[in-house]
Amino acid sequence: MEIIKIAGTEDTPSIHLDLENDILEISGRSLPEDVANFYEPVLTWLDEYSKSPKPKTVFSFKLVYFNTASSKMLLDILMKLEDIHADGHEVLINWFYPEDDEDMEEAGEEYADIVDVPFEKIAYN
Amino acid sequence: MLISKIMNTGQNNAKGFLEFVYEFYKSMKAHEITLVYEGEITHQITKAFTSLTESNMAKEEETGAVQRKVFHVMVECLQNISKHADDFSSADDYLFSGKGIFLVAKGDDEYSVTTGNAVDNNRIPELTEMLENINRLEKDDLNQLYKKQMKEGRLSDKGGAGLGFIDIKRKTGKKLDYHFLPISETSSFFLLTSTISRTM
Repeated sequence: MEIIKIAGTEDTPSIHLDLENDILEISGRSLPEDVANFYEPVLTWLDEYSKSPKPKTVFSFKLVYFNTASSKMLLDILMKLEDIHADGHEVLINWFYPEDDEDMEEAGEEYADIVDVPFEKIAYN
Repeated sequence: MLISKIMNTGQNNAKGFLEFVYEFYKSMKAHEITLVYEGEITHQITKAFTSLTESNMAKEEETGAVQRKVFHVMVECLQNISKHADDFSSADDYLFSGKGIFLVAKGDDEYSVTTGNAVDNNRIPELTEMLENINRLEKDDLNQLYKKQMKEGRLSDKGGAGLGFIDIKRKTGKKLDYHFLPISETSSFFLLTSTISRTM
């Protein structure tokens, strides 16, 4: 599969999808001008990946900020991971949050509630 | 009142205009306004204002939680205008031919973020109902509403998810104050204030 590596900016997260190095990660800040357009490559990549996923998929979110429009796109990503899980493959979501950021912690809990996928919350400082 | 003052003095009397600027400055100080902008709200403007406010808050050593909440409310309010403001570009009334007003005030106890933009009168009932509903709900119900809207809602053509107001209320814990002032038979000026406590 193609490697996606997009460097983060002040308003877009960094995205790293690299199966060879076992890295599936979205990190940083997300308030793109056009969220649908920004996240489209990630969703397309996941559609392709879901046709023949690895036995275990670990996807990490390490966001420090996302706006409400992005929250919708993050859910779309999580729902694709949920589908892979529902097809009988192992999936784990790592939700990193700054230890003093209650809102980011709660956002993780909220997603864990909505999608049926093993979800791990990890505080960092 | 201020506007008529500009009209009366600004165009033919530089001294009068400069006096107005001083009055305007004093008025901003009296209302503890730290940022005010009138015009089109673009993504560039959103980035510039949020980063400016962010560095001011950091300098003033606001807590991380306050900084994050103010940042978030600003982003949502600015994007609300850039994504939802009705297009009145053809309006001949110079007051409303821009896209809106945005201001941030900082008091001893709280920050407030206020937006104002022209809306078509037929949108008032829908906006009122949505805001009243959000104001009525407590945090748990707001969380439920947010989840439902995130799952079922669709992004609009301009990329709005209809989640901004819900999220502002649940993150600040404060009611959204709003007001509609008539502009004409068919349009009104929609003002909305969100407050963020400085003691979080």
